[in-house]
Amino acid sequence: MVTITESNMEKLREDFPILSRRIHDKKLVYLDNSATTQKPKQVIDAITDYYTKYNSNVHRGLHKLSEEATVKFEEAHNKVAKFINSDSQELIFTKGTTESLNLLAYSLLTDLKKGDEILLTQMEHHSNLVPWQQLAKRFGLNLKFIEIDKDGILNLENNPINNKTKIVSVAHTSNFLGTINPVKEIGKIAHENNALFVVDGAQSVPHMPVDVKDLDCDFLAFSAHKMLGPTGIGALYGKKELLEKMHPFNYGGDMILEVKFDDTKFNNLPWKFEAGTPNIAGAIGFGAAVDYLNKIGMENIKNHGLELTKHAMRRLNEVKNLEIYGPLRADRRGPLVSFNLINIHPHDTTSLLDDYGIAVRGGHHCAMPTMKLMNLVGSTRASFYFYNTKEEIDYLTSTLDKVKGVFK
Amino acid sequence: MNEFMNQEMYMEHILDLYKNPLNFGILDNADFKERCFNPSCGDEVEIQVKLKDDKVDDIKFIGRGCAISVAAASLLTENIKGKLLNDINNLTREDMMELVGIEVGPARVKCITCSLVSLREGIRSYLEGKNVRS
Repeated sequence: MVTITESNMEKLREDFPILSRRIHDKKLVYLDNSATTQKPKQVIDAITDYYTKYNSNVHRGLHKLSEEATVKFEEAHNKVAKFINSDSQELIFTKGTTESLNLLAYSLLTDLKKGDEILLTQMEHHSNLVPWQQLAKRFGLNLKFIEIDKDGILNLENNPINNKTKIVSVAHTSNFLGTINPVKEIGKIAHENNALFVVDGAQSVPHMPVDVKDLDCDFLAFSAHKMLGPTGIGALYGKKELLEKMHPFNYGGDMILEVKFDDTKFNNLPWKFEAGTPNIAGAIGFGAAVDYLNKIGMENIKNHGLELTKHAMRRLNEVKNLEIYGPLRADRRGPLVSFNLINIHPHDTTSLLDDYGIAVRGGHHCAMPTMKLMNLVGSTRASFYFYNTKEEIDYLTSTLDKVKGVFK
Repeated sequence: MNEFMNQEMYMEHILDLYKNPLNFGILDNADFKERCFNPSCGDEVEIQVKLKDDKVDDIKFIGRGCAISVAAASLLTENIKGKLLNDINNLTREDMMELVGIEVGPARVKCITCSLVSLREGIRSYLEGKNVRS
């Protein structure tokens, strides 16, 4: 295992070719990791290797290349499953968190009856709101929300769960507020009320050890590209007994065992949910990303993220006329901080920071209802990964003074 | 290539208009109003228009936006007073850049055109409504 220390940071950053890029003739300071992380050469090489050495389709060819591709593809499945402590049968590859959640919404809601309820929180990313909302409208279901307080903490004592609640779906870590939600506790509440429990792990799985057996969630959705992997691939974990009962989301090749003109016998798990030629290169890249993360160690990644977040909160609090959103305590946050400079629009802040080579996100972070609730039009968000340093955060905060200078 | 290409956009007159926008406020008895929302960054502009003989008699806007969008809304509203609705319909994003006095890249096009988009949309629905009535 490689530890993250100041002495080996330079070496670790060398694995990420893009980090040596210059932007507007300045060193790139990449603090937009909640949007997507950078890719180490190990991941890029794994994808290139597939296309240059054994490109072919999986699960059908009897030739050497297909055999190799199938082994590597299934190996990737196993690696990702193991990463969250699930069985490989319970791990479905999807296009990403959004598709995972759509799969669930389409597959689960058809069995619900009018008046049944789905419980979400007021801090969900659009991808854990819009699929439920739209299907709820179509099937006459009702959406309910666990409220948040002014610091972005869930009010669990007054949650509207009841015997009509069939599904509870919650972000593990909020992509805008940074809040880490007590998902284990929420899962218990859901199960006591006989509801299924879904966790949106897009912002948590990349940053801390996540164990589906320990969480006792029924489903967990996450994306590869937020954890060093390529875009266009992600995963959905589901408990075996639930996945077996569920309807497939997509129909077609590879998800079948036997097809007649008038009926079809579906394939075994997880392939029942993976119709069509899969994203083979993406899966192999995802596997390589997980290898890399395991090499660093998720506990180390979590600790480094917390150190950076503490440092960022301290430094940003020193900047005058700046307000921070979300939990006050760094240890209740994932490694991200959303903020605004008073009287300066986040779009202006973000684009002026770009002049200095700093990549941060400005906008509503796909959480429009949450923004509206807090009477905001948007925020600037700095989000970190294990290749970021305290010096980069210092550079961000000193550059914010320059941004303020422009508006003086 | 300029090292501070974004900062170049923030010229003095733009920052002045951001701090003290022109025609900012509520217009009583507006003939039509239209809101434009730019979801990528959260610019929000509502334009309100009072007409006289198919010409803009008075115009105001409210909203929250970045410096570029607020300056653009200020200059647009100031520029079209007394103009015919049909002439306003022909305005383009290039006209907006000329009006504001800066060139913007793809990341900021929506900011500079937000007020124009809402104005054109307002004119369209106003004229459609008028046709129905006549």
